[in-house]
Amino acid sequence: MTIAAGALPAPTWGRPWIILWCAVLAAVVLPMALAQPESPMLIYPVGWEIPFKTWISAAIKWLVEEFDLGLFTFKQLTRGIAWLLDGPLWLARAILLDGVVIPLGGERVVALPPLSWLSLTLVAACFAWRSGGGRLALLVGGCFLYLAMFGWWESAMVTLASIAIAVPFGVAGGLALGIAGYRRRRFEQAMTPVLDLMQTMPIFAYLVPILFLFGFGPVAAMIATIVFALPPMVRVTMFALRQVASELVEFGRMAGCSRHQLLWKVLMPSARPGLMVGVNQVIMLSLNMVIIASMIGAGGLGFDVLDALKRLDIGKGLEAGLSITLLAIALDRLSQSLARRSLPRRAGSQLGRSAGPLLILGVLAVPTALGTLVPALAHYPDAWRITTGPIWADLVKAINIRYFDDIDAFKNLLLLNVLVPMKRGLADIPWVAVVVAAALAGYQLGRWRLALLTGCLVLFIAVSGNWEKSMVTVYLIVVSVVLACLIGIPIGIVAAGAPAFNRVVQAVIDTLQTLPTFVYLIPVIMLFQVGDFSAIIAIVAFAVVPSIRYTVLGLTGVPAHLLEAARAHGCSRAQVLLKVRLPLAFPEIMLGINQTVMMALSMLVITALVGTRDLGQEVYIALAKADPGRGLVAGLCVAFLAMVCDRLINAAADRRRRTLGLAS
Amino acid sequence: MFSRTAMVLALGAALFGFGLPSSARAEVESTDPIILTIHDWTGQYITTHIMGRVLQEMGYTVEYIQADYLAQFAGLESGDLHVAMELWETTAKDAFEASVATGNTVDLGETGMEAKEEWWYPLYMKEKCPGLPDWKALNDCAEAFSTAETAPKGRYLAGPVTWGGYDEERVEALGLNYEVVHAGTDAAMFAELESAYQRQAPVLLWIYSPHWAPIKYEGEWVQFPEFEGPCYSDAAWGINPDKTHDCGKPHGWVKKAGWAGGDEKWPGAFKAVRNFKIDNDEMGRLVGLIDLEGRKLEDVVEEWIQSNTATWQAWTQ
Repeated sequence: MTIAAGALPAPTWGRPWIILWCAVLAAVVLPMALAQPESPMLIYPVGWEIPFKTWISAAIKWLVEEFDLGLFTFKQLTRGIAWLLDGPLWLARAILLDGVVIPLGGERVVALPPLSWLSLTLVAACFAWRSGGGRLALLVGGCFLYLAMFGWWESAMVTLASIAIAVPFGVAGGLALGIAGYRRRRFEQAMTPVLDLMQTMPIFAYLVPILFLFGFGPVAAMIATIVFALPPMVRVTMFALRQVASELVEFGRMAGCSRHQLLWKVLMPSARPGLMVGVNQVIMLSLNMVIIASMIGAGGLGFDVLDALKRLDIGKGLEAGLSITLLAIALDRLSQSLARRSLPRRAGSQLGRSAGPLLILGVLAVPTALGTLVPALAHYPDAWRITTGPIWADLVKAINIRYFDDIDAFKNLLLLNVLVPMKRGLADIPWVAVVVAAALAGYQLGRWRLALLTGCLVLFIAVSGNWEKSMVTVYLIVVSVVLACLIGIPIGIVAAGAPAFNRVVQAVIDTLQTLPTFVYLIPVIMLFQVGDFSAIIAIVAFAVVPSIRYTVLGLTGVPAHLLEAARAHGCSRAQVLLKVRLPLAFPEIMLGINQTVMMALSMLVITALVGTRDLGQEVYIALAKADPGRGLVAGLCVAFLAMVCDRLINAAADRRRRTLGLAS
Repeated sequence: MFSRTAMVLALGAALFGFGLPSSARAEVESTDPIILTIHDWTGQYITTHIMGRVLQEMGYTVEYIQADYLAQFAGLESGDLHVAMELWETTAKDAFEASVATGNTVDLGETGMEAKEEWWYPLYMKEKCPGLPDWKALNDCAEAFSTAETAPKGRYLAGPVTWGGYDEERVEALGLNYEVVHAGTDAAMFAELESAYQRQAPVLLWIYSPHWAPIKYEGEWVQFPEFEGPCYSDAAWGINPDKTHDCGKPHGWVKKAGWAGGDEKWPGAFKAVRNFKIDNDEMGRLVGLIDLEGRKLEDVVEEWIQSNTATWQAWTQ
């Protein structure tokens, strides 16, 4: 597509930019060469720092202790919300795990048992069968059976109970905000930066304020989960509603729909497929939070993963981690197919539909009731449990003993020749130069508004006193993103051309995204030791997912007529790929890189658990010291880095899209 | 956490405010649940669950909530959390004292355990570095303890930064040719030890006791000059006249703490918590049962309760 690019005028890439960038280069080199080592040009002076941390801590203290809304204090309000959420959570736990005891006065009580494992497995399979047929039923039933067979049932129910409450709240809240944003542009504009912050701020950063306001325990963990999982729902809702064909909306208006009717009878049903993407994201992100939520009292599967890995029980950790993945897959596939139920149904499930409600009620009641007589139904018998036992630990041990020296040699080669020099180099760049470079890049891609934004965000990092840790963060992220792209984009290119391989790849990346990082972090540390290298591996494993996904999306989305045209002109396969498909997929690939950066940044806190000296560690220290200001400021630095990358990459992709004539 | 019926009953009792139907137990001041915090190491699960079981035997309702070791003070001060069973002098002293100074938390006395934390190496390292365990041998063996990243300096793996421990200061004050690398978590630290131990490779790291690691792996503590109070505060003390921290890590108490309001609400329970005592050996044995033999926490605690009736009944008096 160089033809199209060449045909359009490209004034902004002309000579002045070279001069300007040379000026930036000079700003980097000159101070380093001329100034004294302690010059404020090079190292941001401690005296110039603005004590945001102290201010924020004080503000939160005031919010928690003093702020009075008149009838009640702010803390009473937040505690009230926690109390309200506690009810549904208790109910969900009672149904799934604890059962209920109804006192009849005196010493007599009626104890209602929780649902039997068999009931729940069968009901999930029934729903799956009714909405998606036999294969789905097998998949969903199999996932639940895994939980029982490997001995994770009770923990899984604790997790499921909190997910079952968090997801509806996340979806409903996201929908409400999304609809409001759809109706009022201004509301959307006000909300966008907040959503950006919610998505890029490390969760640990706002855990302390949440604990202060909502108390310790499962409810606070659930609220953190909702905060984390809500933003994609809001974005998707606005996007999906806007995508509804304007003819449909017009038609609705002509038919005399009220505002309310238009929304619920026209817009929502037509936007349903899009909205379901949001629901899927809420489920996935809620399950992503399971580990972190368990650190502040959610218990359940996350706790089991942490507990097993603390004892270095790699096999148990993997089994528990996998149960989170399977729970995610089961819930996701089930919700997707339930949402498609209004579509024409296949004949095979006709039977399921007519017998439905009765069958489900029976399946729920019978094993549960029988459970009072047959203990095996109430409680999956220990004797039937299976485990992979020490296989995994032995495997890691074998690799460790056999290959450690080779691994170590490779690691040291990379460390000494690439990573360490790069880390030192980044640390030596004067902060002034970085601020100027960020602003200049912003100006080049998006003029004054973007320049002002990127410049100010980078400046904030220097002013807040987190410069050094931020540069380590930048180094970790840059190395990881480059590696992730080098691995992910080629895999994406191959997968886009080979459907069978693509299916395998999709399954692997789905697993990578939901399997808690912790599960593979411990073996990684055993093989690569504590240090930046282990952290980079963990980040790459997580961040490679979007670079694969978007590459596939971009390449498969190239219009067929363009491919036809290219072939008609006698292009070889390689030429089609290099000259047509890749350039046309470039915007999607850029978006993939953008998401890779975001994912990498969201893994920062996990890298702190390995032991890096970056912003993730700063956030983690603040969490441990219950210092909300410190954590939030470091969290803001992470969020700002993410926003700078995001805005710049988006601006570049937009420009490219316009050049290619793809923009609407 | 224990038998399901007991849990269901306790839950029912807590919810509806009814006493337990089998009222063989003593009257208690309040059946509101007493919330005990649990953190992230096995020893602490054990002490907490033993205490919880004893309180249940006394007729109280208990709940366990996962809370961060240091972040929990905010909850203890506000009364969201009620009892914390293990606060180590070596890691939580400052936060603990600051919290007690607010008047909202109370010191519930020592647990009887003694916290030991120090630099530690596996026994096979003695062949490569015969001068050990004396700390003076460390510099001669710096090369043996080094990795490509730290060479020629030795590599010492310290605990998470949040644990404190003053290892950078110690290295400087004693003129040790070592680089301090902080693990991010407990788990990361022991993963590295396990890996090195499998390969019989050099490793020098921070270990604490009571813990399963010194039981599972054969090794020794490095012997630094014995800690004394002035070592950390008075530069003149010790072999380096210009620097503080020229000594080993302090041994210290492990204390319990509670919400100040608890003494009024559940005086009997708080008295029992104050009386709780267990020693390092017993603790090490219990930790080993769970972490090394893979037994269930509930079973181990239940067994302890059954076979030490006299001990815990004395706490309730």
